[in-house]
Amino acid sequence: MTDALRPSLLRLSASRMTRRRALATGIAGGIATLAMPGILRAQPAAIKLGLIHPVTGALAFSGSQCRKGGQTAIDDINAAGGIKSMGGAKIEPMYGDAQGRAEIASGLVDQMAEAGVAGFTGCFASTLGLAATQTAAKYNLPFSIDSGITDSLTTRGLKNVFRLFPNASSATNDGLATLDAINKAAGSPAKTVVIVHEDSDFGTGAAKLLNAKLPGIGLTVLSTIPHATPTRDFTNIALRIKAEKPDIVMMSNYQNEYVLLARTLVQQRVDLVAMYSLLGGGFNLKFAKEAPTVAENMMDFNHWYNPRNPAALAFRKRLEDSGATFTWELLLGYFAVRFLADGWERAGSSDKDKTIAALAASTYSSHFMPYGPTKMVDGQNVNAHCVGLQIQGGDIKVVWPAEFADAKPVYPRPKA
Amino acid sequence: MPPLEIILPALVNGVLTGGVYALIALGLTLIYGVLHIVNFAHGSLLMLAMYGAWMLVSYFGVDPYLAVPILAAAMFVLGWGLYAGVIGRISRGEDRAILLATLGIAIVLDNLALVVFTGDTRTIDTPYSFAMIEAGPLLLSVPRLISFAVALVCAALLWAFMTRTDTGRAIRAVAREQDGARLVGIRPERIFALSYGIGVACLGVAACLLLPTFYVSPQVGNAFVLVSFTIVVLGGMGSFPGAVVGGLIIGVTESLGGLFLGESLGPIGISLVFIAVLLLRPAGLFGTTR
Amino acid sequence: MKRTLPVLIVLAALAPLALPSQFLVDLAMLTAFSALIGQGWNISGGFAGLTSFGHAAFFGIGAYTAAILQTRWGINPWFGLPVAAMLGAAAGAGIGFSAFRAGLRGSYFALVTLAFSEVFRIAANSAGITRGGLGILIPLRPGLANFQFTDRRASYLVALALLSLAMAVAFWLRRSRFGARLAALRENEDAAAALGIHLVRTKTQALALSGAITATGGVLYAQTFLYVDPSIAFGIERSVEMLLVVMIGGAGTVWGPVLGAIALHLIEDTSRSLIDTPGFAPMLYGVVLLAIVAFLPGGIAGIGRRHA
Repeated sequence: MTDALRPSLLRLSASRMTRRRALATGIAGGIATLAMPGILRAQPAAIKLGLIHPVTGALAFSGSQCRKGGQTAIDDINAAGGIKSMGGAKIEPMYGDAQGRAEIASGLVDQMAEAGVAGFTGCFASTLGLAATQTAAKYNLPFSIDSGITDSLTTRGLKNVFRLFPNASSATNDGLATLDAINKAAGSPAKTVVIVHEDSDFGTGAAKLLNAKLPGIGLTVLSTIPHATPTRDFTNIALRIKAEKPDIVMMSNYQNEYVLLARTLVQQRVDLVAMYSLLGGGFNLKFAKEAPTVAENMMDFNHWYNPRNPAALAFRKRLEDSGATFTWELLLGYFAVRFLADGWERAGSSDKDKTIAALAASTYSSHFMPYGPTKMVDGQNVNAHCVGLQIQGGDIKVVWPAEFADAKPVYPRPKA
Repeated sequence: MPPLEIILPALVNGVLTGGVYALIALGLTLIYGVLHIVNFAHGSLLMLAMYGAWMLVSYFGVDPYLAVPILAAAMFVLGWGLYAGVIGRISRGEDRAILLATLGIAIVLDNLALVVFTGDTRTIDTPYSFAMIEAGPLLLSVPRLISFAVALVCAALLWAFMTRTDTGRAIRAVAREQDGARLVGIRPERIFALSYGIGVACLGVAACLLLPTFYVSPQVGNAFVLVSFTIVVLGGMGSFPGAVVGGLIIGVTESLGGLFLGESLGPIGISLVFIAVLLLRPAGLFGTTR
Repeated sequence: MKRTLPVLIVLAALAPLALPSQFLVDLAMLTAFSALIGQGWNISGGFAGLTSFGHAAFFGIGAYTAAILQTRWGINPWFGLPVAAMLGAAAGAGIGFSAFRAGLRGSYFALVTLAFSEVFRIAANSAGITRGGLGILIPLRPGLANFQFTDRRASYLVALALLSLAMAVAFWLRRSRFGARLAALRENEDAAAALGIHLVRTKTQALALSGAITATGGVLYAQTFLYVDPSIAFGIERSVEMLLVVMIGGAGTVWGPVLGAIALHLIEDTSRSLIDTPGFAPMLYGVVLLAIVAFLPGGIAGIGRRHA
């Protein structure tokens, strides 16, 4: 008999915190003004930004990482002087916990809209993002998607939704091209695939695309196995995989299940050419650290920074020094906010129509993702790409494409 | 049709899990047999026990199996207190009142857990979490084997307690015939609280046995409520052998259901079994019709 | 005094429409919604004494009916209302007949209803027609013709209308022969049977009627929140909400669900302004339920009334 009887009158968490922050920035701004006698400058009003993520529930880890990325971006922007074209207006965050439920995410949008936010970022999971962006469309407030991958986030004809990062189609196409290239480069040892996916939007969408496209790169799908989030026992699934003897297991799921599936496959001594995930939820440094023998040589096609850009390495170091585990959710949370802020910067205003126009025309390029300037078509950045990754020696290496790679792929996996 | 080489491990897996389920069901059937209460709070109490086990393991570094006596004792006290302080007082014997009282407790516990622990799923990692033993063609999970063994031992201990000790006999007397028991000097009220306590203590044991291979979140109570009721109804309310046999059957049903129908649809098997038993043979396998 | 009371009630119900506070309208709408589905539960659980833990089955059928008809076949959601009511009634009849014919009552009946709602939930999670775990997102197309409103006031008005319908049914039960039969079998089944009341048929009818009304609540939910998934539709929380509203307000009374809904939402709002963690308010509901069972079995409506 748990909570969320209905999406209702949730008070925003951390509103006390934001009031304190607003007070602090207000005082700082006031002192700055005093320190410059003779220059009358009105402190511009703070721009409210809503951050909606599942920070409790089954997706808590990833949601918190996205939120943290967003927080860091806001801090960086404010520390550098705010939105300069708006007279140094600072960004004031409003945090909402979507608890993993779409109707709560929606309710938060309603509440924050009423509280006067100028834009949103969120929601880690596609299902949450779909509901939240639609509700935001009621108010025509700009929404900068961080990690939702499903195509439909930007194909519903909603003018207020923007995604800096790749969508499912591009990620799948590029991911398969990458697998194809790596497979061919090794003499095509892999011929068959079993797909394991979680049963919500993210996983089901990915599985559908894979089923359609894998034959095109010479791989036969033996079976497609869905599972719920959370699932705690993958023994049956591992047994099925063992019986089918595929060359590759492809997985699309979230943190806990990803790790558990990988461990169970190793535990059940399933021999594979590769474990390849498309946007693997558990493929991260936490996994590499906690289960090094299982994680070694696992491959993923995912968001990552450009390892040849020193700014990226500095960013990672900075976050790791502060005690955080570095994951791609931090990156996406960070740049989703920076992209939106860049829109305000270009528009010179936080007016929603001007912002939406500015974002649509954006050519944002001061990022360290492995792609160039943005080009938004119907809210989707068509220039965005994921990259091929592999855990080697306990660290995540970019192994494809060559222009961003910092290591060569180990393929096929050494035998257990 | 999946090949035999994966049906057999699934079957064995089901039996191993079924052993722990049997322990959960034993507590429920004891409570029903003695108090004639359908303890709707059973799932929530198990969830609470699992959080207790999780805390013992995560904050105090106690091995989950060594935590069994600690948690069993703690849950016994909780169960006794719940009956003496809440259920016994509130229900006044009316069927619907008792049902709603246990529901109320379930609601309070589920949400208390949500408030205190948040909705995140928690797991524990022990050095032997992923250890396997080879038994012929099968790879068996070590924690599951241990849990199964401990569950059977506890069930046997409970059986011995009920048949060999005076208190056990007193409990059975009250279950059979309250007024007669009173005539020979047994106080039913104390027996009720005691029985509820023992029933809940079983959950303490089960929690420790489940945690190494499962996870805990505030929602797991709901999942276990239906499982435990299905077992007890299948085995026959108030029947000990029924709870054990029912537990094993349901464990296997769940495992094979997951294998054949997939992880999403698999759990439907349990609900369907439950409905079928209730509609066709409410007394269950070993129970007596009332 | 008797004349002014209904007028006051109508004024109080319509007040949120006139006042500028969006917050009040939201609260009123959610309260009306809870009262509506509560009244649905009340028909069988209150008037007929058939305690069910699985009423979400009917709610979910209503919600999914509206969602599927629109998204899959483009059928106007207003049609969803009567279709949902019929399907809800059919489900009530089906579940009721099989359960009552098997002689299930009391706790066993409560459990079997829970099992049925679970079956629906799991099936909805895997079926293609409900889009499984993805749920159904109803596209945003505000307008009266589409049964979607950007202004919460309009949603509230619809909720009030449906609630009034449900109240009318409850009033009718109070006075009709059918209602009298329900009261008889609630008080003493054996005596009722001795009086010639056909137990299985009467109970099944009660559950069917209850299912119909509860399903309309599901349609209202779908059209207001525009998203349905298996746990929203068939989750145990929904069943518990309906039960709580009625038990706290007063089972078997006409105004019980309304009083219970108001009480529940007041508790929630005040508790959230004190402690804003998820789960705190529902925990209080559990405590209130325990208090009601212990001290006030007739619910709020039973205060001051002699236990009949």
